[in-house]
This record gives sequence, structure tokens and C-alpha cells, in this order.
Amino acid sequence: MNKKIAYGIALILLLVAPQVAYPVFLMKVLCFALFACAFNLLIGFTGLLSFGHAAFFGAAGYVTGWVLRDAGWSFEAGIVVGVAVSALIGLVMGMLAIRRQGIYFTMITLALAQMLYFVFVQAKFTGGEDGLQGVPRGKLLGMLDLGSDMTMYYVVAALCVCGFALIVRTIHSPFGQVLKAIKENEARAVSLGYDVDRYKLLAFVLSAAIAGLAGATKTVVIGFETLTDAHWTMSGLVVLMTLVGGLGTMVGPIVGALVIIALEDKLGDIGNWLADVSHLDWFRTLGDSVTLVTGFIFILCVLLFRKGIVGELVSVFGSRRASDSH
Amino acid sequence: MEIFGIPLQAMLGQLLLGLVNGSFYAMLSLGLAVIFGLLNVINFAHGALYMMGAFLAWMGMEYFGINYWCMLIAAPLIVAAFGILIERTMLRWLYKLDHLYGLLLTFGITLMLEGIFRSVYGVSGQPYSVPEALSGATNLGFMILPNYRAWVVVASLVVCFATWFVIEKTKLGAYLRAGTENPKLVEAFGVNVPLMVTLTYGFGVALAAFAGVLAAPVIQVSPLMGSNLIITVFAVVVIGGMGSILGSILTGLGLGVIEGLTRVFYPELSATVVFIIMAIVLMIRPAGLFGKEK
Repeated sequence: MNKKIAYGIALILLLVAPQVAYPVFLMKVLCFALFACAFNLLIGFTGLLSFGHAAFFGAAGYVTGWVLRDAGWSFEAGIVVGVAVSALIGLVMGMLAIRRQGIYFTMITLALAQMLYFVFVQAKFTGGEDGLQGVPRGKLLGMLDLGSDMTMYYVVAALCVCGFALIVRTIHSPFGQVLKAIKENEARAVSLGYDVDRYKLLAFVLSAAIAGLAGATKTVVIGFETLTDAHWTMSGLVVLMTLVGGLGTMVGPIVGALVIIALEDKLGDIGNWLADVSHLDWFRTLGDSVTLVTGFIFILCVLLFRKGIVGELVSVFGSRRASDSH
Repeated sequence: MEIFGIPLQAMLGQLLLGLVNGSFYAMLSLGLAVIFGLLNVINFAHGALYMMGAFLAWMGMEYFGINYWCMLIAAPLIVAAFGILIERTMLRWLYKLDHLYGLLLTFGITLMLEGIFRSVYGVSGQPYSVPEALSGATNLGFMILPNYRAWVVVASLVVCFATWFVIEKTKLGAYLRAGTENPKLVEAFGVNVPLMVTLTYGFGVALAAFAGVLAAPVIQVSPLMGSNLIITVFAVVVIGGMGSILGSILTGLGLGVIEGLTRVFYPELSATVVFIIMAIVLMIRPAGLFGKEK
């Protein structure tokens, strides 16, 4: 019951948010939140650490951007093609990566994503270092003009809610329970007769497709796609968002994405404020050293807050509720 | 003289460059394998520490006028001390947890190191000249051999085989191998395993720094040189498997040579060839060429 109220409140917040904050910023947060949720489906609920999710995010962005701009297809078709391509890449990458376990899985996904990155650097249609510029937003179903940020926001919000609902549904389905069993004890899942590799592959493809949805939507929102989205630092960023929010919690990645994107956006201001308070001029350069700050948060999270924001909240309030009932 | 329409001179030149790259792969993957064996941590920071080694060499020359040979010894020692600090203050707390936290921590360290060097030196490369004793080239008749590149290959081979010798043939190496197999039992025999772990990490990252100093005159010293390399080295590690020391060395050198040859025959593929080989190896021999199926 509580959960339903919480989801209701979140939905209302989602509807009124663009009245308060800048819609493009919110859309960016939504896309990254969906991206992080897709990643969390693997790490939090299947126990697979993929370090190659930028590949799906970037590939879908490039394909959708190209289809909308150069092939002149409609918005819906662009998104569908982007998602399909990233699912296909996920299938190939997954088939190779699930052949090894644990840390090797992570290294393989990282290496394959790097390979795709080099392909994007060399390929003609991506525009190389310049990126793919001037992607038109077009019209939804040929009627609704997406040029207005408000209209676009509600479409993006709807897409992200659908993606999130799909993830929640997957996790609570019998399929999701098998994934959880694989995470807890893979050998036991095998001995119970589950075809573990097939389950892992399906989860991987699903995660890739949803990450693709996030990447495709983001490209349409901001109107261009660059190599940054396919670079390994992007894979690291999505890991960080999930880690900050809470690995394996349902809403953690959303909170994490909001925190990290807001932080990146406001880092310059924070730096100036720190410089004013501490009188250390060095802090003024903070806005230019995003990697330094992300690295620092990474270390802090791994050493001190492994549960993440949502995970810590759950353990504080969860234990209080448990002691209340006694 | 030509082979498949490619001048022999150009081909041998690329082959040598491939061997040079291969020696860096070999040294880095060797360090990764030694660290993983005892600590069960994949050291993502390996690339950043390699970069740090190169930068230390450059800084020594730029600010203090310390020559290449001194820095070849000093930089690995400084980086080893830094590694020991990391192990003692941070990595140590993660051994009982899932492997992934070690990877994430070292990833964070990589980002921080890169961020620091970037904010100070920018992304453009700093030139570092070849030491005088090794400048110039030797004419071998069939090719002109740049002395420095030959030195890189020889020096890294010597270091790699010395490491192999220590680990496989000495008493210290026996402790190390036993520690990899069963640390609790080794500790029960009175060996100071935590100290051994710390020193192993220090040694592994010193190897990376040594490779970094060797690399400084060959490629431009830049804050991004490490992360570009480390991902390829991960692919090398997946291809070779981390079970065997000799395997790591051979795979590293071999892939360097293949990459060099690709640069001659089909340059478009040279950035991706290692990853393609990784994919093929995963299909045929998932455990890696020298790995054991667990």
C-alpha cells in the first residue's frame, strides 16, 4: 500500500516538475535515470557487472540520430530502430561475455564496448570527432510537434515510465526470481535445472535494449550525439550513478542519476562557493575537473557508502520499522 | 625487396613497433596477473600508474634534470610506494567483499589520477627525448634498427623473464604461489601473508611504472596514455588467461606483433584487431589460451 502511494507521489512530481525546473535538464536526468535502471537490472538483480553499457547508449543514439536526420524517418520509427540495434548489439556482446564469469565478464564487456567505440571513431556516418549534429525532433505520430520542450518532456517522461515499469515487472516476474537465484548462487540455480546462460543472455539483451531506449531518447532531446556517449567513461558514469543511488534497489539508480547529473551541472557553482568559504582559489577550477570529482565520489562510495543513498535510507528506516513491531 | 607488395623495410619497422607495444602489453598483463592471483583484485588503476611512471620520468627531467637512467629505477620505486599506500589505506578493506568493489575502487583511483594530471598538464602530450646513449640507429643491412626500440624490447623481456624466474623457481616465489592457492594455510605456517600481499601489489604496480618510463620516449607523455592502453591489456588478459605467467608474456608479445602486422596490411583494423581476436578466442576456447577451466 505504502509503495503505491509513493509511486503516485512520484508520478505527480514527474508531471509538475517542468513547471519548476528547466525541462531539458529534467529530460536529461530522466534519460540517465532510465539508463542507470537498465544497468541496475544486471548488476543489482542478476549479479553481472557490465562495464560496456556506453556501447548500447551510444549506438542507439547514433542510429536514431542518423535515421531521423539522414533517412528522414519519423520519431517513433527512429526510437524503435535505435532500440532494436542496441538489443542486437547486446545479443552479440552478451553471447560472448557470458562465456566467462565474474571479473572476466566485466573485462570482456569493457573490451567489446571499446571496440565499438573505435568503430564509431572511424565510421563515416557518426561524423567522427565532430559528432552527429542537427538531429531534428520531428512529430509524434505525425501530429504532435515535439519542437516545444514541454511537449517533448511529457513524451520523454512517458517513455521513461514505460521503461521503468518494464524493469519493475521483469524483476517481480518468475523470470526475475530466477535471475535473483542466479545472483545469489549460480551453481545452485544450475543444479535446479535452469539454463543459466539463457537467462543471463535474456537479461543482458533486455538491459541493452532499455539502455538503448535511454540513449536514443537523449539524442532526440538534445539534438546531437557525440563520442562521449560511447566512451568507457560513460560506462563508468552509469556504474557510479547506480552505486551512489544504491545497487540492487528499485529507485536507487533514479536518485543516483539525479544527484550525479545535478552535480555535473552545478560543479562550477559548487567550486566557486567552496572557494568563497575556504578562500582556496584552487576550488574555482573544480568545474573543469569533472573526472577528478567523479573519481573521488567513486572511492568514497566504495569505501564508506556501499549501500548508496537509497540503500542506507532503507537500512535506517527498515530497521526502525522492524524494532517498532516488537 | 617486397613481401605481398609491402616494402620489407616498412614491414620490419612496424613489426618492431609491434614488439615494442607487445612488451608493454606483456609487462602490464603480467602485473595484473600477479596482483589478481594474490589479491583477487583486477587493478584498473594499472594504466593510470603506468601513466604516472611516464610522467615521473618526464617531471624528473623537466624540473630536476634527473636523467633517464636514474628515473628508470626511481619512478618504479616511487609508484610502488604509492601503490603500497593505496593497498594499506584502501584496498585492504575490500578483500572480504565481492571482487567488483576492488575493480570499482581502482577505477575511481584511475579517474582521480587522470583528473589530477589533466588539470595540471592538459591533454596534449609532453615530449621526452631518447637518452643519449641509445639515440640513433644501427644499420643491420636488411633494416635500420632504432637503438631505443631495441632496448625497450630487450629490457622488458629481461624484466618479464626475471619475474617468471622469481615466481616459478625461487623459495619466495613458492610462498607467493602457495599464497595464491590457499592464503589461510600459508599464514598458518607462519608466513606473513598480509605483508606479502602489500609487497605484491607494490611490485605489480612498479612493473607498470617501469613500462611507463620505457614508453616515455616512444610515445608522447599524456594523462590519457594509460586508460587507452589498459582496456587493450584487459583484452590481452582475457585472451591469455591469468593462470600462467609465461602465458601472459607470450600473449602480450604475440598480440603486439599481430597488431603491428595489421597496421601494415589493413590499417583500418589496427585499433580493433585485439578485440576481434578476443571474440574469436572466447568462441573457441572460453577459458583463454593458457587458462584453466574452473
